[in-house]
Amino acid sequence: MQLAGWGRFPRVDAELIEPPTAQAVITVLKESDEEGTLIARGAGRSYGDSSLNTQVLSSRFLDSFSSFDEGSARLRCSAGVTIDELLKVSIPKGLFPAVVPGTKQVSIGGAIAADIHGKNHHRDGSFCDHVESLTLALASGEIKVCSTKKNKELFHATCGGMGLTGVILDATVNLEKVPSVFIRSQAIATKNLNHTIEQLEALNDNKFVVAWVDCLATGDELGRGIVHAGNFTEDAPMEYVRRWGPSVPFNTPSLMLNRYSMSWFNNFYYWLYNRPAGEDLDSYDSFFFPLDSIKHWNRLYGRKGFLQYQFLLPEDTAQKGTQAVLERVADAGKGSFLAVLKKFGAGNSNLLSFPGPGLTLTLDFKNEASLFPLLDELDKIVIENGGRHYLAKDARLSAETFKAGYPQWAKFKAVKDKVDPQQRFSSLQSQRIGLTTAKDERL
Amino acid sequence: MNVLIIGATSAIAKAAARQYAARGECLFLIARDDKRLQEMSEDLVVRGADSVNSASLDLLQHDQHSQAIDEAASVLGTIDIALVCHGSLPDQEQAENDFAAAEKALDINGLSVISLVTALAATMKLQGNGKIAVVTSVAGDRGRQPNFVYGAAKAMVSTYLQGLRGKLLPHGVQVIDIRPGLVDSPMTAHLEKGALFSSPETVAAKIVKSIDGNRHTVYAPGYWRLIMLVVKSIPEAIFKRLKF
Ligand SMILES: Cc1cc2nc3c(=O)[nH]c(=O)nc-3n(C[C@H](O)[C@H](O)[C@H](O)COP(=O)(O)OP(=O)(O)OC[C@H]3O[C@@H](n4cnc5c(N)ncnc54)[C@H](O)[C@@H]3O)c2cc1C
Ligand SMILES: NC(=O)c1ccc[n+]([C@@H]2O[C@H](COP(=O)([O-])OP(=O)(O)OC[C@H]3O[C@@H](n4cnc5c(N)ncnc54)[C@H](OP(=O)(O)O)[C@@H]3O)[C@@H](O)[C@H]2O)c1
Repeated sequence: MQLAGWGRFPRVDAELIEPPTAQAVITVLKESDEEGTLIARGAGRSYGDSSLNTQVLSSRFLDSFSSFDEGSARLRCSAGVTIDELLKVSIPKGLFPAVVPGTKQVSIGGAIAADIHGKNHHRDGSFCDHVESLTLALASGEIKVCSTKKNKELFHATCGGMGLTGVILDATVNLEKVPSVFIRSQAIATKNLNHTIEQLEALNDNKFVVAWVDCLATGDELGRGIVHAGNFTEDAPMEYVRRWGPSVPFNTPSLMLNRYSMSWFNNFYYWLYNRPAGEDLDSYDSFFFPLDSIKHWNRLYGRKGFLQYQFLLPEDTAQKGTQAVLERVADAGKGSFLAVLKKFGAGNSNLLSFPGPGLTLTLDFKNEASLFPLLDELDKIVIENGGRHYLAKDARLSAETFKAGYPQWAKFKAVKDKVDPQQRFSSLQSQRIGLTTAKDERL
Repeated sequence: MNVLIIGATSAIAKAAARQYAARGECLFLIARDDKRLQEMSEDLVVRGADSVNSASLDLLQHDQHSQAIDEAASVLGTIDIALVCHGSLPDQEQAENDFAAAEKALDINGLSVISLVTALAATMKLQGNGKIAVVTSVAGDRGRQPNFVYGAAKAMVSTYLQGLRGKLLPHGVQVIDIRPGLVDSPMTAHLEKGALFSSPETVAAKIVKSIDGNRHTVYAPGYWRLIMLVVKSIPEAIFKRLKF
């Protein structure tokens, strides 16, 4: 069947295997053809080709909880459980995941494999910093329980390892006690990139801080945006929100998203928040997952899909590099609806985790031929400034660019070679960025 | 409320059990795989079930049925709702050519269900209340070339339930026949998924709602009633040439 990531580019013909139990996953690993390669897939919310190969093993039916200890706020569940399902059981108990991404439709396995970050990275680190332990099925079908204490090396390779060490079967995660699931936030309109960065820093003691950037603004206004900062509030309820929203039923002509509508949108968004400072009260659902209210919003980009581009620049070059990228994008007239700027805190010991101290900018672009040379140029800027790219968003990075951004890649590869000597776990992405060899080259 | 679920590890049953768990009901599960029952019980407790008990049984063993129902009744106190959900989609070619295969398919999708319903009816008659919900299929509405062995078993159950419904009416017992269309579950893993496929969760939501609402014959999702109306109205002279 045809499979793609959230960006709907690239699309491939793949055999989708959906084992009904963890035991069945092991059987698949033991019995499947040793020559063939495969990759795990969770909810398919990575944008590019991280969870694509000719054989894809879905965690869809691994969707059970095993235990929930309210006292220690610790929950154990299978890898296919989504953040949304988790929220249904955790919120009534006053608990919330320590890290959530911009959509609640990701699986726990996917959250670990990409070591995802949220709007609170500067305070709370990334998802795997709150993973107590995980169970991994290796290529041989052997089971390994990994944590920061047990099978430590394998743990640090699996967290952020994009499914290349094995199939995560289940995990025990630490949740956080929250006073309510509502967020009181403020929004500050900024004049230019310097001002935006200044505000991100000034508001750093809020739990959640993120900026939206108007990437069509140029000249003196380049990098202007809205900085949002918020905290869970005491005086609001603790309830799971069921929101109904519209759905995009089919691919819209990609013409809908053009320079003009984008420029209109960016101006409108800026205008909306460019007002005397005030406070907003949002449910967790609208604060963290605004896009989830439009089902299949990815279809808005048309049949050819779109690409997301997210990079990190270390603190000393962050301002300069971000400025250069925004200038180049504005020059090319290739604005993006969602340009998000965020200041990360310290990184962790996971070999391929994306976050680290500095600034991260996320842009998305409609898929068109003229985009690729532009992105190649942006890659250069990012690497020259000592940065790197987020694999969960990537569909096109070269092996050189990847390796330049992730100096620990060789260490990762060494761990992988130990547990998967035949390179059975491999994605289109890992083949492209040189972490595994393409199938036909192996034979 | 006390809910008994038979064939509990099926994707549709699992989704229904989760919806009951979220409402805080007491559950009793019957299926053949002990390990999965254990996992499922843990899951349902985390999801809010008041209590979860289970028994494992190969449902082809008819002689064990009434004992299993008795056990469920004694653990639950009364059985307010019984959902019968097990089934198996046989290989049509094989079932057509090898009677042993057909017999097994007719048993698991037909006879075993009737045997269980017999035991449930007896228990609920004594209770003086209860609801028996059975998952059959749109495949029972008309014999079609690709799956008529399976369809014949489902039709047998549907016909049986129609008669039983009236018989149990004076005893305060409701009988609900649920006919799903195409469901994206392990049973259909080998089929290419088109637009007519529904998720087990959607079908389960319809099941739970129909049981609450005392419906009798339910298509899940509802548009299958219309589709089957069309399928049933095709004259046999034409239908016999259709391969779908
Ligand atoms: C609207 C939107 C907003 C987002 N916001 C953020 C954000 O704020 N922060 C952020 O960090 N990310 C964000 N993401 C990206 C997303 O969090 C990651 O791509 C995440 O990995 C998706 O999880 P998934 O379950 O969909 O995994 P998939 O996309 O299916 O797979 C992603 C990777 O995980 C691996 N994987 C999945 N399951 C397993 C398993 N069981 N065992 C081993 N490997 C596995 C796959 O092999 C693949 O490499 C966003 C995505 C979307 C669509
Ligand atoms: N999927 C569809 O498109 C569809 C359409 C219409 C109707 N239905 C009906 O819906 C019901 C549920 O099916 P599903 O789609 O959820 O598929 P499923 O997940 O494959 O469920 C079938 C269940 O039946 C159980 N079963 C089979 N033989 C058994 C036996 N001898 N003893 C005990 N249990 C046995 C299986 O147990 P194990 O897990 O142990 O194998 C499994 O749990 C079935 O009655 C099916 O006919 C399905």
